[in-house]
Amino acid sequence: MVESTDTSGLRRRLRIERLSELWLRLAGYFAIALFVLIVFTLVHRSLPLLSEYSVVQMLTSTDWDPSQNSFGFLPAIVGTVYVAVLSMLMGTPIALLTAIYIAEYAEGRTKTLVSSFIDVLAAIPSVIFGLVALVVVVPLVGNYLAPAVGSSATGLGILTVSLVMAIVVTPFMISLSVESLEALPDELRETSLGVGATKWETIRSVLLRAAGPGIFSAVLLGFGRVFGATIVPAMLIGGQTQIPDSLFATGQTLPTLIVSDFGELMSIPITQSALIFVGLMLVVVVWLFNFGAMVLQRRLRRRWQY
Amino acid sequence: MDRYAKQRAFGVLARAAAGLVVFVMAVVIGVTIFRGGRVLLADPSIVISPPGSRYALEGTGGFFHAVLGSALIVGPATVVSMVLALSTATYLQSDYSSERFSDAVNMFLNVLWATPPIVYGVFVLTIVIAVGARTSLFFGIIAISVFQYPIMTRYIDEALRSAPDTVRESTYGLGATRFETAKMTARAALPGIVAGIIMGFARGIGDAATVLFTAGRSTNMPNGLFEPATTLPVLIFDNSMSFNEEVRAHAYAASFVLIVVVLGLIVVSRLLAGRFAQYVPGGRHA
Repeated sequence: MVESTDTSGLRRRLRIERLSELWLRLAGYFAIALFVLIVFTLVHRSLPLLSEYSVVQMLTSTDWDPSQNSFGFLPAIVGTVYVAVLSMLMGTPIALLTAIYIAEYAEGRTKTLVSSFIDVLAAIPSVIFGLVALVVVVPLVGNYLAPAVGSSATGLGILTVSLVMAIVVTPFMISLSVESLEALPDELRETSLGVGATKWETIRSVLLRAAGPGIFSAVLLGFGRVFGATIVPAMLIGGQTQIPDSLFATGQTLPTLIVSDFGELMSIPITQSALIFVGLMLVVVVWLFNFGAMVLQRRLRRRWQY
Repeated sequence: MDRYAKQRAFGVLARAAAGLVVFVMAVVIGVTIFRGGRVLLADPSIVISPPGSRYALEGTGGFFHAVLGSALIVGPATVVSMVLALSTATYLQSDYSSERFSDAVNMFLNVLWATPPIVYGVFVLTIVIAVGARTSLFFGIIAISVFQYPIMTRYIDEALRSAPDTVRESTYGLGATRFETAKMTARAALPGIVAGIIMGFARGIGDAATVLFTAGRSTNMPNGLFEPATTLPVLIFDNSMSFNEEVRAHAYAASFVLIVVVLGLIVVSRLLAGRFAQYVPGGRHA
């Protein structure tokens, strides 16, 4: 009697085991399937455009006017690169210094406080940054910064977007860099300080080098984030498809191109295809960056090992 | 400048940078709370009143449609992606899959994790067009769950990985099946899993780019699964560019609501993580 209930219990458990394995296996393959499906859909939907126009010509043409069937992506590409490079130039030093402060200088309650501030900052939706920038950064740039260098601007434009995007990605880069700095063994610090190096020399020649791979990939991931940012640029860039001639000029980035043209032109198949192609470009670039970060991290780790 | 002066200078610089970051955050939260709070204090009812017929133009009524839309889109989406993420992360543990397979899946997950949200939006929209449907609450849910899935999987995978090996070894030692062991491991990693799910929820509720084209950007109350809806971030995005003072004011009120929700979620995640620490071997007992 006891034996029979026992075996039926075992049978039930094994059945659950088998069913759950099936389900979990499916879930494991789901990640790959999702990736393949996204790539396939984007490529498939870009084909109508690619079969009709040459890629090189589209990427180098400055003329973007979907209603006239001219698809030049150059202005948006230039705008995206401007924004990405500028915000990384502004954001990276601050992020690095703050990460060093949190990992090496701050102690006790200050440390908990500052690092939870950073966590909060990283969780704030970017649309809120955009909204606050509309009342703070836009007047600042339009009324003070632009006149100060002798140019007139409304405040909407490349510089404003870069500034706000720098603020948006900084916490993200900080938390990744802090992670790799804190993963370093204390012996590294002790040895360096023990042979007479100052704290700054320890940080510069030992810690930054040992944590280098992690920090590099943090910066590259941050770059990828700015590259694909949509909402903040759409709110602040001014939305004119032209190659920006100054930092204060309005422009367009690849994601904002999608936002500003999707609504009205969704019904025209070729425009739709062009905008999906923009999505494909974004995906490819961000993935290349991701991949680059991975390879670089592996390389540097071998070179700067401790 | 001698080396000690350099050391001092660098210390000052690092502190100044941290101060700047904290200051910027105080400005962002302060401005949102202040401007949004002013609008809400003047008329708190706009949060729970449905929009009027001329909402987009004159801001008649309130933005309850967006509050409801956010809840109805992000809530179900979180459940869907939670189940998927938990399953994928469990599968990635070495008990089920080979090391090589889980490395490969992790690579795809990293790539998905870094994919811009707008791409998910475009992806779901092409599906909408392919099946001949129109943008609706349902597709908003799909878009947000696709967006949250890699984020949650990454957090949960990390949490499961950091669960002590002794849990696994002792449950196997008692004759448990893999699934039973996986359940015990998940329990030991519960604080991390809960934190991951809440962070995914917070990211989902704050994202506008994925739902911008998929949920329908409607200015009416959502009245069905396959009817257009909107969410708070999309409402903020649309309203902030309005020419009408009243409509713009609603954007600030909505961002007040959104920031309170996100900050609240972070607090809840900290509290829950502390509470669930009792299941972690060697963790704090509640």
